[in-house]
Amino acid sequence: MHIHALDTYCPGTSPIHRLDPRVKLVLTGLFILTAALVPDREWGAFGALEALVLLTILLSSVGLVRVQRRSAVAMPFVLAALTVAFSTPGRVLWRLPLPGIPLTVTDAGLLRFLSIAARSYLSVQAAILLAATTPFPDLLWGMRALRIPRTLVAITGFLYRYLFVLADEARRMLQAREARSGAPDGRGGGSVAWRAQVTGSMAGTLFLRSYERSERIYMAMLARGYDGTVRTLSPPSLRLVDWIVGLLVGMLLAALLLLTFDA
Amino acid sequence: MELCVDVRNLWFTYPDGREALRGINLSVSPGEKVALVGPNGAGKSTLLLILAGLLRGQGTVRLFGEPLNDGNLKRMRSRIGLVFQDPDDQLFSPTVFDDVAYGPLYAGLPEEEVKRRVSWALAQMGLEGFAERLSHHLSVGEKKRVAVATVLSMQPEILLLDEPTSGLDPRARRRLIGLLAELRQTMLVATHDMRLVAELLPRTVILDGGRVVADGPTEEILADDVLLENHGLERP
Amino acid sequence: MLFSTTHPTPTPMHIPDGFLSLAVALVGWVVAAVGVGLALWRSREALGERQVPLMGVLAAFIFAAQMLNFTVAGGTSGHLLGGALAAILLGPWAGILTMTTVVAVQALLFQDGGLLVMGANITNMAVIACLVGYGVYRGVRLLVGERRWSLLAGGFAAAWASVVAAAAACAIELGFSGTSPIGVALPAMAGIHALIGIGEGLITVGALALVSRARPDLVEMGRAGSVGGFRWALTGLAVALALTLLSPLASPHPDGLERVAEDLGFIEAAQEAPFEVIPDYVFPGLSNEALATIVAGVVGTIIVFGIAVGVAALYRRRVAVEA
Repeated sequence: MHIHALDTYCPGTSPIHRLDPRVKLVLTGLFILTAALVPDREWGAFGALEALVLLTILLSSVGLVRVQRRSAVAMPFVLAALTVAFSTPGRVLWRLPLPGIPLTVTDAGLLRFLSIAARSYLSVQAAILLAATTPFPDLLWGMRALRIPRTLVAITGFLYRYLFVLADEARRMLQAREARSGAPDGRGGGSVAWRAQVTGSMAGTLFLRSYERSERIYMAMLARGYDGTVRTLSPPSLRLVDWIVGLLVGMLLAALLLLTFDA
Repeated sequence: MELCVDVRNLWFTYPDGREALRGINLSVSPGEKVALVGPNGAGKSTLLLILAGLLRGQGTVRLFGEPLNDGNLKRMRSRIGLVFQDPDDQLFSPTVFDDVAYGPLYAGLPEEEVKRRVSWALAQMGLEGFAERLSHHLSVGEKKRVAVATVLSMQPEILLLDEPTSGLDPRARRRLIGLLAELRQTMLVATHDMRLVAELLPRTVILDGGRVVADGPTEEILADDVLLENHGLERP
Repeated sequence: MLFSTTHPTPTPMHIPDGFLSLAVALVGWVVAAVGVGLALWRSREALGERQVPLMGVLAAFIFAAQMLNFTVAGGTSGHLLGGALAAILLGPWAGILTMTTVVAVQALLFQDGGLLVMGANITNMAVIACLVGYGVYRGVRLLVGERRWSLLAGGFAAAWASVVAAAAACAIELGFSGTSPIGVALPAMAGIHALIGIGEGLITVGALALVSRARPDLVEMGRAGSVGGFRWALTGLAVALALTLLSPLASPHPDGLERVAEDLGFIEAAQEAPFEVIPDYVFPGLSNEALATIVAGVVGTIIVFGIAVGVAALYRRRVAVEA
């Protein structure tokens, strides 16, 4: 069995893996919503949420280090949010030691920035956990059960299936370009504009192949009775344990919010 | 006995003007296993697409004694299983289960029957335990076998296979030929694999330039070196 | 390495969770739901039964095309975002649909973009990018006529405009959320993406040139379902105007914004800029500053549009004289 580089699912049999995908989708959504609702500077609440997500990661046996390494995807935006540290009025903590540029970090600005970073970090860990413990096809029927338009889910299913096929085609094209250009990084001479246009014609070729493939797939679907409707088997009903976990964690998040707003 | 396939004077021209079929005549009786051989561009794949009702030519195409038309298209398709050459075209669902269940589901079968058909079809192709696998994790050999399972689950009376052994290594190829030999359906197999023809298919039809140039027992055709040479084929 | 991906490094366009306020995230979902709902309905009308396989495979194409990169300089590389290309080749509705599923899969599978803020990301990269891109493309083709040359020029302008518009929308959302002051975020995002947009334009032109040579029928396919280029050009203009109208309102801390602008010397720089048609972005004779800024933005957009029309008209006359 070959594992594709684009797979983010970590196979396993942990309790988190076995939880119903609908429950996982809803709880991940609620968790991120809770993080969004917790006001700035409520470090206790942020800490409790982090404890919850760390516990879940441990239960899932996905690996703490892996999740942390992967959560760096949000980094470019953390830099964008850094600007609030400089722009929010408040007590000056630090002055940029450059003559002529009067940039200052304020206490209010710094706390606002840290709150944003905390929310982002919490949310991205939850999303990584969802993808790492739920096979994408399960997410698809979970989405369908949550009333996302069936056509949209069906299109997403095709995207997922052919993502791997077309990504492999794209990689072969890049390899062929490198083999011809002689430079390992694909630089191979020419101006940036020229290189961009060559990349464009590769994208054009890929488009034509994809279009022709979609025509063959359409015929393969017709041959097996496709009539324009989206049909699927009905999803299995929720087990008792799924209900219990869903309700418990949901109540936990609600209690956390109530406590935070009460304090 | 009634013929499964009866094609009379079938012509087909692609929109770009290329003539793919030029007056094909072909009849297949129930239970026959027929090889469709000939050089690239001879019209083999086009003929299979027309028999599955996906393209329409000029001439008559009768399946199970009825002329193929818009009215009976859907019913006819459920009695015919077409397997495309590229399994990535045939397997368009994220999981093996979804793909094998597709035909029965669109035939309107009850859910229990759909599930039963899926495990039966997978077992037929030696794929027990593959239901939850993701299609993109399969090897080429496994994909080719799942592709056949996706039509077996519809329990068709005729199997139309387009290059079933292309791209397979010797072991995967042997395995597939062994499994196909077990199937009882009427078969029409377009292929370049002359050993597959010799082992599996007692009757051979040679197509060249959109015409049937030979039709007879495989043994006789494979013994005719001049005929094979003239149409770019070789003895296994 | 289960987690290593060959997926391109995240561009500063996929907003992660935590960076938008709940209100902005919800508005994003509303806009996305309306856009995607319309797109589902209209593309179904145009494509019928072929909608699902065609949209699905071409969404996978956009995803894979984003992996095709080219070296820019010093270890950095550029790649396609694809909104304009999708809208031109498939038509605006199908373009929105494919880009929506691409954004959704990027968030669900690779955490490239958040889940709660997915509505906003769909609004920026699918709805706005496709509408602005397609509007500009149809506008250019309307103005300079149906030539191969105009296909490529329209493609370049559409790609550039779609990337800059999506980035501007992203900055406005960050501004409304109080995450990044609009006075910093807007020039920074628009500036970076004005450069990225050049790469996007060149790739889009390369792709369109190849497709129009091999299958000219496919380039026309995107337009089969949508007559009325003028209406599309207006739609693109309207979306751009809406962004302009929103930008001055997007600051919950106007004091902080002004201070930063002053600190960084933006205000002086703006006043010194020799090509500034409307001084200081404030319309003379209007007391309310926010209103004045809006009017200035609108007038600015109309002037740019007018110049484009003028240049195109001159070009057409010259061609007519030569012919």
